[in-house]
Amino acid sequence: MAKLAKSPWLLHYDGSSCNGCDIEVLACTTPVYDIERFGIINTGDPFQADILLITGGINHQSEAVVKQIYSQMPDPKVVVAVGICACTGGVFKDCYNIKGGVDTVIPVDVYVPGCAARPQAIIDGVVKALEILQQKREAFLARRA
Amino acid sequence: MAKQSIVPFGPQHPVLPEPVHLDLVLEDEVVVKAVPSIGFVHRGLEKLVETKDFKEYVYIAERVCGICSFGHGMGYCQSVEHILGVEVPRRADYLRTIWMEMSRIHSHLLWLGLLADAMGFESLFMQSWRLREKILDMFDATTGGRIIFSVNCIGGVLKDMDNGMLRRLVETLDSIERDLRPLADTFLQDYTVGTRLIGLGVLKGEDATLAGAVGPMLRASGVGYDARQLGYAAYNDLDFAPVTAQEGDSYARCQVRIQEIYQSIRLIRQAADKIPNGPISVPVKGNPNGEYFQRIEQPRGEAVYYVKGSGGKFIDRFRLRTPTTSNIPPMLDMLKGCQLADVPLLILTIDPCISCTER
Repeated sequence: MAKLAKSPWLLHYDGSSCNGCDIEVLACTTPVYDIERFGIINTGDPFQADILLITGGINHQSEAVVKQIYSQMPDPKVVVAVGICACTGGVFKDCYNIKGGVDTVIPVDVYVPGCAARPQAIIDGVVKALEILQQKREAFLARRA
Repeated sequence: MAKQSIVPFGPQHPVLPEPVHLDLVLEDEVVVKAVPSIGFVHRGLEKLVETKDFKEYVYIAERVCGICSFGHGMGYCQSVEHILGVEVPRRADYLRTIWMEMSRIHSHLLWLGLLADAMGFESLFMQSWRLREKILDMFDATTGGRIIFSVNCIGGVLKDMDNGMLRRLVETLDSIERDLRPLADTFLQDYTVGTRLIGLGVLKGEDATLAGAVGPMLRASGVGYDARQLGYAAYNDLDFAPVTAQEGDSYARCQVRIQEIYQSIRLIRQAADKIPNGPISVPVKGNPNGEYFQRIEQPRGEAVYYVKGSGGKFIDRFRLRTPTTSNIPPMLDMLKGCQLADVPLLILTIDPCISCTER
């Protein structure tokens, strides 16, 4: 089961961000930063994903989508909130349509602040998430045994 | 009539970095109608103008969108400067032009990568984004940010480039131009790429104008309209002509965007030669009282900024019409009659920016 932490699949969803963190998440997968060297692949399918990267705060329309994506992911799973908007709502906290950070809707394991979060910070957050994923995996197996 | 079925597309979809939802009405594999529903990234930041100081709001305006962030900050600042009657120093105009054109290069390279990704051409996607990192490094060196720069302020810009930096910028652009050639050849001459682009999603010039298309989408249909010719910032000093193509298909849009990268490189070289010495900002006194309507050419097309103030430190109304908003109706026209498998590619060819559209 340690294999999972060696090759986790990543799913990215844009809560209601300005796009800045999204393109930085994509930049992580490209040659200069290259998170594939940690065995991580960017997938588009929630049913196959282990790590959920969410950028941007949550608004009233994306709330249901985020909850649905989270419920579709198999256990164990970790959630990384990328960017200050995903952590707390950021500069958009006072907007009428923003509920707040991602943790108002689903549990978040790792917070990556920054506006926009730099690729180095995102990779660091994902690597931290791997440790949490491994712990969750062990707890999950212990519960089943 | 054949049996109709509805296929939902999005909001979470592998090809889209941002959420947008389309209901595709299909007859067999052919799209009969596409019904969009948006609002997944709506934040309501135009309303924030009523509670933020007009000088502070520049930072919010930049965060309308992470890709065209510089242009949004610039459009807002220019509107407010016109209301206040502030004359921006010429050097600041030139610096704004340089950063704006760098944004265009970065945005078009990003789009080229996403296009390759939508076709499943992974190595081309990686190569485009590798090239894009060079321009992001220059942004990092000149402004201190890769995506959000915060260098605009009411009355000018906050950071200057010295001669060494300008020289380094021009050298970087030379290397980008050199590395772009093989990439451009693959996009424009490769047989496989051609089968996915040529003749797909044809939009005739007249239809494009009627549906309200802007930017590369309009120019690829043979209409030579470019809002930069209005001569804001330093564009009236620089020599350029709009890039156009006649076919109006996806290939033409790709061609126009690639040519625009070369055009932007030439514009920055010109600006770096002509840039005058002097201050980069002027102090601003008073509060905006009046209204102004500013048009600028963003990487995706013409964006319109409207600002209305009534003498207080908070502005009454800020309105922004973004290029993707006007490009969605022609996209829906284009989708009619295309194959289901071509839908992701066709959506990408308008270069959608959902967070701009919904704000």
